[in-house]
Amino acid sequence: MSVAASAAAPDAVVLRAEQIGKAYPGTIALHAVDFAVRRGAVNVLVGENGAGKSTLMKILAGVEQPDSGRLWLDGRGVSFASVNDAASHGIGIVFQELNLCPNLSVAENIFLGHPSVRLGIDIDTGDHAAKARALMRRLEHAIEPDALVGDLRIAQQQIVEIAKALAQDARILIMDEPTSALSATEVEILFRVIAELKAAGVAIVYISHRLEELVRIGDTVTVLRDGRLQARAEMRDVDIPWLIQQMVGTIEAPATQAATRSDAAPLLALERVTLRNPHGGFLVDGVTLAVAPGEVVGLYGLLGAGRSELFEVIIGAQPDAEGSVRLAGQELAGLPIAARIRRGVALVPEDRQREGLVQSLSVAANLTLASLWQYLRGLAIDGARERGAVARTIRELLIKVSSPDVEVTALSGGNQQKVVIGKALLTRPRLLLLDEPGRGIDVGAKAEVFRTMRRLGADGLGVMFATSDLKEVMAVADRIVVMAGGRVTGDFLRHDATEERLVACANQGAAASAGMIG
Amino acid sequence: MSNSLDLPLAGPRRVRRTSPVLLLLSLRTLIALFVVLAFFSATAPNFLALETLILLAKHVSINAFLAIGMTFVVITGGIDLSVGSIVGLSGMVAGGLLDRGVPLSWFHVTLFPDVPVVIVVAVAVGVLVGALNGVLVTWLSVAPFIATLGTLYIARGAALLISGGETFPNLVGRAEYHNMGFPILGAGTVLGIPVSVVALVVVSAIAAYIAARTPFGRQVYAVGGNERAALLSGVPVNRVKLTVYMISGACAAFAGLIVASELVSAHPASGETFELNAIAATVLGGTSLAGGRGTIWGTIIGAFVIGILGDGLVMLGVSSFWQMVIKGAVIIAAVVLDQLQRRMQRRMAIQAQAA
Repeated sequence: MSVAASAAAPDAVVLRAEQIGKAYPGTIALHAVDFAVRRGAVNVLVGENGAGKSTLMKILAGVEQPDSGRLWLDGRGVSFASVNDAASHGIGIVFQELNLCPNLSVAENIFLGHPSVRLGIDIDTGDHAAKARALMRRLEHAIEPDALVGDLRIAQQQIVEIAKALAQDARILIMDEPTSALSATEVEILFRVIAELKAAGVAIVYISHRLEELVRIGDTVTVLRDGRLQARAEMRDVDIPWLIQQMVGTIEAPATQAATRSDAAPLLALERVTLRNPHGGFLVDGVTLAVAPGEVVGLYGLLGAGRSELFEVIIGAQPDAEGSVRLAGQELAGLPIAARIRRGVALVPEDRQREGLVQSLSVAANLTLASLWQYLRGLAIDGARERGAVARTIRELLIKVSSPDVEVTALSGGNQQKVVIGKALLTRPRLLLLDEPGRGIDVGAKAEVFRTMRRLGADGLGVMFATSDLKEVMAVADRIVVMAGGRVTGDFLRHDATEERLVACANQGAAASAGMIG
Repeated sequence: MSNSLDLPLAGPRRVRRTSPVLLLLSLRTLIALFVVLAFFSATAPNFLALETLILLAKHVSINAFLAIGMTFVVITGGIDLSVGSIVGLSGMVAGGLLDRGVPLSWFHVTLFPDVPVVIVVAVAVGVLVGALNGVLVTWLSVAPFIATLGTLYIARGAALLISGGETFPNLVGRAEYHNMGFPILGAGTVLGIPVSVVALVVVSAIAAYIAARTPFGRQVYAVGGNERAALLSGVPVNRVKLTVYMISGACAAFAGLIVASELVSAHPASGETFELNAIAATVLGGTSLAGGRGTIWGTIIGAFVIGILGDGLVMLGVSSFWQMVIKGAVIIAAVVLDQLQRRMQRRMAIQAQAA
């Protein structure tokens, strides 16, 4: 099954991991994995959710210590006690789950671990701001150095995270899903930066679920499966079907399309929905839109297009929104979130750590949190009924968990995402809103999520999902609505949509708003 | 379900996969209870006598009431510093109503409400202060520490204002006013058990049920664990927070009534620093000050550990100065052990996985 690495010059390997093993509560993340990082190359690491990619990266970056195995840097055995320790050896990392302090500014975050100081104590804020601005220019983003990170959208935070790693002049730069929250234009900018770094001799370790990306920029590829080394190859020798084959074992058929039903009476009707930006302008600007029952609508757009905000207006998390939101003819505007959920709206938020999960609760308690009213007997929760619903959801969504009483943090990213989706489905929604449902999850889990969305559509639910992935929106949606600068700039039935038209609509007025909307 | 909420009293399902050491750690509050019980029954004469234990339970009940309310607040990630002052205020309200009544000067009469009415009014005052805390914390976005620090002073000031700083003595009521019977709360017994202890059993059972089995209880944990996720899941976050502060206020007011009833007098300074004892019992019982974790039973046991320690050390004749040092050490040890348990649980789970 595995393909031997083609003989690269041994001196080109700057960092080598040997027989690395690591276990967590709930999973064995790594099982005697070998991994070599070559200088001046993009070393790609792929695998399904829970395959162990992120864990391996955390070990390379000193975030976690391996239970077994060794690391060799420039031929010498090393072990990293901390991120700082690894950083002092020239290893930088861009985390998948963002590791920024929301209460600090962009510049403060970038230079948190290595501030420039005058006289050894006084932080040189001017120098920080200048350097941060230069980094932002290099990344072609208009993010102010003194903006609070907590005020930025998640994609902008990711840019800051990348800038943070760049600021350290790392020889080995690890990027864990750096593009998962970025739009196509932003990805292009990032790739240019990567090419520059590569030319400068930096070793890049690159993890992504976007296979077409990997094939484009990768030099070598290592495939992990279930915590084991599955295959290694030169990227020029392989293609996407081979990668999928190695990752999943079998090649998934693309999601099938149901007939469109947009002629039915609308399930969701938005009329002139508007949300003002407290810093001026509009986050959502006069959106009028209808979704029919059984329709799967893809909401495509770039960063800051207003998709997440539109979802927040529909679920009721933006009480200052104006305009009319009707579900099956019933006005929702003014109702609190709980009432809207009871009437059949459910949201799977974009950021599962910050908005989707209660980390201190079990998988079971997380699943039923939004639908507790369904398990009532008198004033109390009927334990048997709750456990039944939990077991059914775990089975239907194929959530990998040893027991529903395990704390939800013990699960891998993809399984956590399924818990958030399960929580939404247990409310028995008529309209399901999913914000970037494929973000940071692997091919297999993604296919499962999209199949579930199609199935729900076939069952008569209205499904709306936001994505910045063209392939995703083309493959899954019956109808594609494009947003830019808070406005709807395109509305296509799938068979009328082409990638070119979608991109053109998404860029309408986007240049003006890119990086501005917080 | 409750065993997923980090119950110190491990249920059978929880025990199944744990090592003996971890089991000991997870039962530490209970073990601490037995250790202090065993220690003082060996060293203090008559410690295990029924009368001593009943007296002990009576002493503990006041702090336990406060700690029950505190536990709800702390699980949401908040804190309630005003409970000690509410103890004083509710006692003074009850004392004022019993001693002076409600003067209706227009009609030149003074109304003396019955004892049940007095109790209801005093508890309502506690709920009101709690509601004020809740409104400050939610709609006005004041940090819980500051909001309840403010109401700590306000409620204490109000308690002093009611009588101009005087004590209401001898709250036995008068037959001609039909307001006798207030001392029953503090001195009465049911089948030989003090009324306050019976009330504690009832209230703690109700509170534990609410925390573990009702949607409200689950929402309390969710708000403390991740407020944003709870909000997007339809949890009425502000209402949950408002409610926990009102519960805390009610518990504190009830404790204040017991204090006043036991002393048969209301003193405006009573209940000072009680909030710290309540927080200590809550933390000792395994509730995380970061929110999201904790149980009522843990808190009750925590309150008993502190109570036994206090009474036992008094019986041994240990100086009150040393008592404070020991109490502080026990609280810190509890939190250290809590962290140790979490770390160990994690390691055990990993080993179980690797095996």
